Amino acid sequence: MSQCRKRCKRQLTKVARYFYRFLTGTLTQDSIEDDFELSTVCHRPEGLDKLQEQTKFTKKELKVLYRGFKNECPSGVVNEDTFKLIYSQFFPQGDSSTYAHFLFEAFDTNKNGSVSFEDFVTGLSIILRGSINDRLNWAFNLYDLNKDGCITKEEMMDIMKSIYDMMGKYTYPCMQEDAPREHVESFFQKMDRNNDGVVTIDEFIESCQKDENIMQSMQLFDNVI
Amino acid sequence: MAAGVAAWLPFARAAAIGWMPVANLPMPVAPTEKNKRQDELIILNVSGRRFQTWRNTLDRYPDTLLGSSEKEFFYNEETREYFFDRDPDVFRSILNFYRTGKLHYPRYECISAYDEELAFFGIIPEIISDCCYEEYKDRKRENAERLMDDNEDNKDCKLPNMTFRETMWRAFENPHTSTMALVFYYVTGFFIAVSVITNVVETVPCGATPNQKDMPCGERYTEAFFCMDTACVMIFTVEYLMRLFAAPSRYRFIRSVMSIIDVVAILPYYIGLVMTNNEDVSGAFVTLRVFRVFRIFKFSRHSQGLRILGYTLKSCASELGFLLFSLTMAIIIFATVMFYAEKGSTSSKFTSIPASFWYTIVTMTTLGYGDMVPKTIAGKIFGSICSLSGVLVIALPVPVIVSNFSRIYHQNQRADKRRAQKVQKARLARMRISKTGSSSAFLHSKRNGLLNESLELTQLPYKMNISHQSCSEDGQKLSKTMSLLESQHHHLLHCLEKTTNHEFMDEQLYEQSYLETALQSYPSRSPSLSSQGLTGTCCSRRAKKSSQLPNASAATSGLQELSAINIQCGDPPLSTSRSSLNMRPDDPPRLNCQSGQITTAIISIPTPPATTPDGDGHTLPNPSVQNIVKVSAL
Repeated sequence: MSQCRKRCKRQLTKVARYFYRFLTGTLTQDSIEDDFELSTVCHRPEGLDKLQEQTKFTKKELKVLYRGFKNECPSGVVNEDTFKLIYSQFFPQGDSSTYAHFLFEAFDTNKNGSVSFEDFVTGLSIILRGSINDRLNWAFNLYDLNKDGCITKEEMMDIMKSIYDMMGKYTYPCMQEDAPREHVESFFQKMDRNNDGVVTIDEFIESCQKDENIMQSMQLFDNVI
Repeated sequence: MAAGVAAWLPFARAAAIGWMPVANLPMPVAPTEKNKRQDELIILNVSGRRFQTWRNTLDRYPDTLLGSSEKEFFYNEETREYFFDRDPDVFRSILNFYRTGKLHYPRYECISAYDEELAFFGIIPEIISDCCYEEYKDRKRENAERLMDDNEDNKDCKLPNMTFRETMWRAFENPHTSTMALVFYYVTGFFIAVSVITNVVETVPCGATPNQKDMPCGERYTEAFFCMDTACVMIFTVEYLMRLFAAPSRYRFIRSVMSIIDVVAILPYYIGLVMTNNEDVSGAFVTLRVFRVFRIFKFSRHSQGLRILGYTLKSCASELGFLLFSLTMAIIIFATVMFYAEKGSTSSKFTSIPASFWYTIVTMTTLGYGDMVPKTIAGKIFGSICSLSGVLVIALPVPVIVSNFSRIYHQNQRADKRRAQKVQKARLARMRISKTGSSSAFLHSKRNGLLNESLELTQLPYKMNISHQSCSEDGQKLSKTMSLLESQHHHLLHCLEKTTNHEFMDEQLYEQSYLETALQSYPSRSPSLSSQGLTGTCCSRRAKKSSQLPNASAATSGLQELSAINIQCGDPPLSTSRSSLNMRPDDPPRLNCQSGQITTAIISIPTPPATTPDGDGHTLPNPSVQNIVKVSAL
């Protein structure tokens, strides 16, 4: 009962205050900006020398990379939405957000929801300047969504669908519903040696090394930068 | 592709590593840079002010002056800088465009000076970013109007050979062109005034004659007034017919407001002539005479202010509508309240709610006739609230209408709204174009680059370890016409195509082919072309044979490797007549069945391309060459 009365009193004072403000003409309160977004998160990368030691890029290449990075992300870190936005500019016809999400997960090695310049450059260094094994390892890491050391059919299905989504609707020949699934089947046929339904890292690397197409494609990355 | 994102192209290409292991086809050759120039700072000296930027920054837009080799004309060897004799202030925004990818229009800059600079540096104004685009367009429109006004004022020339009809129309529309037009203008004005005054005086009671009581002048001097009326109507009719004859588009003239006013002004007279003096219709005849007052609207041809007022009211229709709506709401509320408040009092004039409407309207507009007054205390309280709120409600939309009127008056009654709609449509079109620009660029270059590719492919050696130098020259031929960035981007998209074994297609082409395949529904008979499954027309509802994606390990005979996804001609030769009717000659996915034979011819020859497991004998469709068949032998 006393609680009810307290509540009533509170409401009455609120109404009275409202009427007072109505009469004196100061109805709109200056709403305090209580939503201070800490948007000014700024991240500075480690020194140029240290990065050069850690990666296989020269100083000049690092400078060029950083300039491009900073231009697009002035705060020094990329969050997932910016990442997706940047990646989607290269694929205007399809939907690249799922694949970009997987990429983001692969680049964000310390799992803190943002990719700093160090993460970015480390990943690039492996892909562009690493050995074939390193590259294959990185690709395996990309496919292995839950990072448990083996690729299941469901994980591969997700990846495949995301790649096919990037093609968009207007393709020749028309995109069939089961094109990704068939592709996954053929992939597993090729990679899964012991037919246990999952592809482990050893099976993956072994099969890739035997595949001449893939080996040749890996050489594409030699002169990207 | 936005400029800043160009710097992320290496990342996008690196991210393609995720496609490599799943792709079953080999990837196309990457475009290489001819001479890998180290990025350097270049100095741009614009009238003494030095700007410095990276060469890469300028290369982002190769179709502008600074991005192309055109800037070499301005290179100064002694000082090793590029000298431009232009305005350095405007150059600042132009250079920022290269840096950020957004072109801004500075407000303090004159519009024509800015346009000149843009034209000099080869930048089209349509890419001004959204934040500044409205301002730019407004200023441009103002400038254009000012120039047009000046032209009109200076224009007193008479076009040498105008037909009589055109001269007449010009005379009607613009009375200052000739003396005759001026005379006509004043004469019609005079007669409109006479007609209106006649209508008014007709109803004034003239002095009473001894034998008759006081009667209006119209009934006393019937003939005189009738003659006056006839004369005016004759003049108006002649004028209307002359305008009708001279109008360039008679249909539009008849539909215009002024012509309707003319017709309504003279019609009552003719109807009156036609009708007999019946008792029943004379009442209607009297009502018709009311329409004679419309003649006063004919003055709007003579007064521009009147026209502007009419246009203002038309353009403020929404504000007027709001005023009306809010007034109606308030009237109903207050009328109800007053009715119930006054219900108790005796001999109250507030007999019903509609009866209270009159009181509410009179009170809210602060007229206060006094024929209905509340008597109870409650009624008086609510009545005072009613009058106070009436002032508020009416005062609110009025400033909007006033400002509209002044704006239109100052802009001399341009059709703003119509143009704003066009601007909006143009902006949407611009955004759509920039979005589809990059995708269409890729498709365009694909179609154009197929010949280069086929050249490339026939020279591929059959071994795995291909030396990049041999095919790099052919790659050069491709990348000559587009910048390195573009070619790298296209290579990336090409890799994706190879990974998924589908190709990007133009939207219209896709719709076209989808419609056509939906029409056709032939059963897929396995032709003699390939032992593997052959998909006939895609998107068909019948059971399709699965297209086998060839494995690298299953590279055996050329026939088998014919991945016949691309072969559309699953129709046996018997149905040539039907299928050829549906086909269009320039439709890439379509094949004549004659070319079906060509397909077989190619396959049966044991050519080297058929035996290489990796050689990509894939020729892309080219709409200009009609009989090229899409073969992919793997």
